Amino acid sequence: MQNTTNLPTPLSPSQQFLKQWGVTIFITVAVIGITIWQYILNSQVTEAVLASTIRQSTPLVLGALCGLLSERSAVINIGIEGQMLLGAFVGFLVNVWTGNLLIAVIAAVLTGALMGLLLAYMSVTLKMDQIIGGTVINILALGLTGYFYQVGLTTEGKMQPIPLGPLADIPLIGPAFFNNPPITYATFVLVIAVHYVLFYTKWGLRTRAVGEHPRAADTLGVNVFKVRYINVMVGGAIAGLAGAFLTLEAVGSFERAMTNGRGFVALAVMLFGKYTPLGAWGAAMLFGFANAMQTQLQFADIKIAHQFIGMLPYVLTIVILSGFVGRTRVPAADGVPYEKE
Amino acid sequence: MDEQRTPKEDSQSITGWLGAVWRVIAVPLAAVLLALVIGAIILAVSGANPLQAYSALVEGSFGSMKAFGRTLAKATPLIFSGLAVAFAFKAGLFNIGAQGQLLFGALASAAAGFMIEGLPPFLHATLALLIGAAAGAAFAAIPGALKAYTGAHEVITTIMLNYVAINMTDYFADGPFKDTSNGNIVARTPEILDSARIPSIGEIPVGFFLAILAAVIVWWLLWRTTLGFEIRTVGLSPHAAKYAGMKVAATVILTMVISGILAGIGGAIETQGIVGRYQPGFNTGLGFDGITIALLGKTHPIGIIPAAILIGAMKAGASTMQFNAGVAKEITDVIQALMLFFVTADMIIRKLLRTKADSGEKVTLSGWGQQ
Repeated sequence: MQNTTNLPTPLSPSQQFLKQWGVTIFITVAVIGITIWQYILNSQVTEAVLASTIRQSTPLVLGALCGLLSERSAVINIGIEGQMLLGAFVGFLVNVWTGNLLIAVIAAVLTGALMGLLLAYMSVTLKMDQIIGGTVINILALGLTGYFYQVGLTTEGKMQPIPLGPLADIPLIGPAFFNNPPITYATFVLVIAVHYVLFYTKWGLRTRAVGEHPRAADTLGVNVFKVRYINVMVGGAIAGLAGAFLTLEAVGSFERAMTNGRGFVALAVMLFGKYTPLGAWGAAMLFGFANAMQTQLQFADIKIAHQFIGMLPYVLTIVILSGFVGRTRVPAADGVPYEKE
Repeated sequence: MDEQRTPKEDSQSITGWLGAVWRVIAVPLAAVLLALVIGAIILAVSGANPLQAYSALVEGSFGSMKAFGRTLAKATPLIFSGLAVAFAFKAGLFNIGAQGQLLFGALASAAAGFMIEGLPPFLHATLALLIGAAAGAAFAAIPGALKAYTGAHEVITTIMLNYVAINMTDYFADGPFKDTSNGNIVARTPEILDSARIPSIGEIPVGFFLAILAAVIVWWLLWRTTLGFEIRTVGLSPHAAKYAGMKVAATVILTMVISGILAGIGGAIETQGIVGRYQPGFNTGLGFDGITIALLGKTHPIGIIPAAILIGAMKAGASTMQFNAGVAKEITDVIQALMLFFVTADMIIRKLLRTKADSGEKVTLSGWGQQ
């Protein structure tokens, strides 16, 4: 590839760290600083913005986890949007039929996994172009949910916040982090879990090996196809959970195309987070924050057309992708089907 | 590349030529049939009568001259969006943003249609069409330039720009360009002047002929000009193109601009030929349909015409189907997704039909990895 022809001069570890994470750390510190400053000025609004940031970031970080699991094993997944949408829809339907929230969430997760299986079949077995494969999933989800959707159905209640004892009473962060509905807590756990699995277990090592150099992994006895299938399916399951979050926890009903591009924004979140779960979490917070500000600005008496505020997250995505905030190193074999010799 | 016969060998005899044609159209044809069969199964499972639904679909799209005209009217912008997507494919670019470019084209031509007064009909219609094309081109240049200079992948940037386009056109239709007549409160532009309208000959819209002309021009551009050769070379191997001295960055931007021109004209023709104004929500999905159409048509400009007519027919007949057979029209979206799946997953079909791969260029897109 191009990178190998003109190698940059080697950087010391600290320089490298600063280059890779400098902008991220700067933004994080700035956001935290502004938040605390705002909290001193107006505690109620700040708490609301922070809580809304967490809410808005949840589907994004779940979507990003889905994307990074499959791309770490070298399968490009632009079908996150469709997996999320179908998960949201099936979760919603099952809840309407059974009146049970837990079964509904499980159904959504299974639907996502099933869509993951379809994507893996298309990209690993059929060796289809993976971007088109993802597009198939997106269009299919839009069509299926549109066809089977009936107006007027509502869920049997939605997931309620569970305050975590005294933790929820901590000023500022208490209500935002420790007084959430179950799927939001599950998201916190999943971020840590995926991080651990990816970087501290045998499975994670295999996944990354398959993503970087499948031939070498194969030679060492790793089943490339199996690793890709399982990662893409687990990713799909997580996208399904994101869908369940939308219908069963955030909104309480289903609307056509309700994912509204979150699956694609999640891809930007994944890239911005440099293919790491913790990085994606931070990036998702930033996006969630942009969304939360959008709501606040609409409440505030500011004369900006709502459409301009509405396009903020999308413009932010483009800016990030254009590398204005640091480059991302992509898994070397990303998007390349593996041919066994 | 398991098949290395030259086209000359094939075209020596009629049967050889027929065989070559069969190899090209077998997969799309089988994909359409398989999609219709699975669509029928979904219809049956959800309690509808597939035969009744499909016959209503055909009746609503080809049942009368009027229905056929409606099919062609629906197919017209689809040919343009299909061409836009296919053209970008040739340079290895996936322009999912045809949707947004189309919206801008539709809005800009509507603005030109109601703001500019006193021009003779032909001139006004042409001018509005060109302004629509320019708007689409300008909006497509953004992802092109981002791809060329920063490496930002066009798949995500164009999807994001689609949302930007929805918001921007909404803003104009509800703000500066809003229709203020008779206490209108809906977000829409005023109706365009009669001089900006693109008429129909009988039931057949003039725009359809423009679409066919555009397909021929795109074919000529791709296979009969140096620019087309460069575009296809960049699509097959950017490194080889660079090595051969081609300006890859400029080619990428130019390809996106031409793709945007096509999408923009598609939107403009929809405004000037059918809707008569810009109204948010009237053109949704046309750009995404372009993806299915481009791949069904094997990314060949001429193949796109029948593919667009097919999808156009499904759109034209959908309301008749909903009315006569009581089937939600979204089933056509499902069928369309299945067509896209089967035409791309050609391995499945080739196994079923036992045909060999055609010698046409396969669509290969650059993954993130080649940034």
